[in-house]
Amino acid sequence: MLWYTGRRVLQMIPVFFGATFLIYFMVFSLPGDPIAALFGDRTPSPGVIEQLRAQYNLDKPFIVQYFLYIAGFFQGDLGTTYSGRSVNDVMAAAFPITFRLAMLALLFEAVAGIVVGLIAGLRKGKLFDASALVVSLLLISVPTFVIGFVFRLTFGVQLGWFRTTVSGAAPWGELVLPAIVLASVSFAYIVRLTRASVADNLNADFVRTATAKGLSRRRVVSVHVLRNSLVPVVTFLGVDLGSLMVGAIVTEGIFNINGVGGTVFKAIRLGESTTVVSFIAVMVVIFVLANLLVDLLYAALDPRIRYAK
Amino acid sequence: MPNKPGQAHFVAELEDTPVAAVDRLDENEKARSTWADAWDAMRRRPTFWVSAVLILLIAVVAAFPGLFTQVDPTACDLANSNADPAAGHPFGFNRQGCDVYARTIWGTQASVTVGLLAASVVTLFGVIVGSLAGYYGGWLDALVSRVGDIFFAIPTVLGAIVLMSVLPAATPVTIAFVLSIFAWPQIARIMRGAVLSASNSDYVMASTALGVSKFRILLRHVIPNAIAPVIVIATVSLGTFIVAEATLSFLGIGLPGTVMSWGNDIGTAQTSIVTSPQVLLYPAAALSITVLAFLMLGDILRDALDPTARATR
Repeated sequence: MLWYTGRRVLQMIPVFFGATFLIYFMVFSLPGDPIAALFGDRTPSPGVIEQLRAQYNLDKPFIVQYFLYIAGFFQGDLGTTYSGRSVNDVMAAAFPITFRLAMLALLFEAVAGIVVGLIAGLRKGKLFDASALVVSLLLISVPTFVIGFVFRLTFGVQLGWFRTTVSGAAPWGELVLPAIVLASVSFAYIVRLTRASVADNLNADFVRTATAKGLSRRRVVSVHVLRNSLVPVVTFLGVDLGSLMVGAIVTEGIFNINGVGGTVFKAIRLGESTTVVSFIAVMVVIFVLANLLVDLLYAALDPRIRYAK
Repeated sequence: MPNKPGQAHFVAELEDTPVAAVDRLDENEKARSTWADAWDAMRRRPTFWVSAVLILLIAVVAAFPGLFTQVDPTACDLANSNADPAAGHPFGFNRQGCDVYARTIWGTQASVTVGLLAASVVTLFGVIVGSLAGYYGGWLDALVSRVGDIFFAIPTVLGAIVLMSVLPAATPVTIAFVLSIFAWPQIARIMRGAVLSASNSDYVMASTALGVSKFRILLRHVIPNAIAPVIVIATVSLGTFIVAEATLSFLGIGLPGTVMSWGNDIGTAQTSIVTSPQVLLYPAAALSITVLAFLMLGDILRDALDPTARATR
């Protein structure tokens, strides 16, 4: 286990450099001059351009730019936006909001998804199961932004239960509706995953043994079936962080939340390359770390899994 | 039941024993392939026919939109802005006064092109790279796996957002390729795993013993036996690519506004959703039905191709 953990951590290093280099390369070396874009239609004096290029290291070779950026990254300096604000400040303002939004979404999808999936799996083929399947298929096939619009219109505008836009500080109450929208697709996947897994495990030998030795159905389901069915669900929750981050860009755009997604969205539109690179680099690091954590959890949850050396 | 004369113990008639079932198998009957079994399992399910008919219909609409509407989707009259349905215009009009039905029909092409092209590129590339890595192993496997890890670390739509924001004037083809760049590791990983387990099987050893060349074994035996899970994922991914295209267009970095697509129409509909929800409803419904059709087909394929799932049903 220790050996496996060490190897996985070492494997993360090339992934980190490769992924950040790729993002950096896409943003900075493809056609389009960020300094020229900064001025829009106006033509600044050559001196100003030169000074700005030097300030953002744009006058150096691409590979040097990348390593200067990475050096800063490890020293905790994520660079400066073209409007002169520190990217660290922008991130410090945005991350707590998105963190709370993602926590609410994860909580919702995990609790509701597992409960619905468990009931559906226990009653396979019955009405509840069939409707859970239909609803989950619908949620997966309707894009998040359409669900966002519809929920905002029905629960926000028409019924007036929630505010349609989230205020600057983003209190918990205002994040509930966006979190449900953000969680909707993953909720559907968790329902399907839990259902299939529960239905599978109900036929497993260890469940027959547990029933045969006289345990109550309640205990069989909660201890033996549920515990074993949660292994794939936990794995999914980790991988799902990636789709939650993308979903956050859409959801925060719709509800006007000033979190990570909203900031990235605005930065893309304004051509703020440093902000985009830093935010996405941090997102990728979180995603890779989450995947690692899930792989390790996998082994801890299911003793049958032994990693080959 | 009485014992038969001359027998100390009860012996069942042959017809009542499990041996009889084995005896009844006709040795001359041709061995049935996984695909024939899968087809038998699929065609008995009504959802298969529903999704097949839907996909066929969507393909025809995408290829020949002119067959389904005579209204010019670009002939817009601001006098009709957000107007309700009228004769010849069953879905009403959008904010610019364009016919929503005609735009929904003509928007099919862009979405279907992106989904089909991206799914084909990803599948082709993933199958080639994944099977070579899994089959030959060594440095090739290490290279493919590590490069795949890097691309896998960037969520598909996130990477596409970055790349699309710097690319000029997108077309459905560029979007398909951009999505493929970040989506191929998933297929490659699955293919690699499937090829690894298939190449340890007895029939591969038998072919090797018969002197069949290594590459020929890969083409004739390993890939056909390993490709089933990839086909399932590719079918489902076709739907998710369509959603990804719509998401990019909605964010304003996908197809330019001049190209008719469901994503663009849904994106522009947000300004008039309160007063005239039909502008959002129809392109969104068309998109969702298309994605649903491919998801259902993927589900049915998975059930049909996975023998363990069949056993528990």
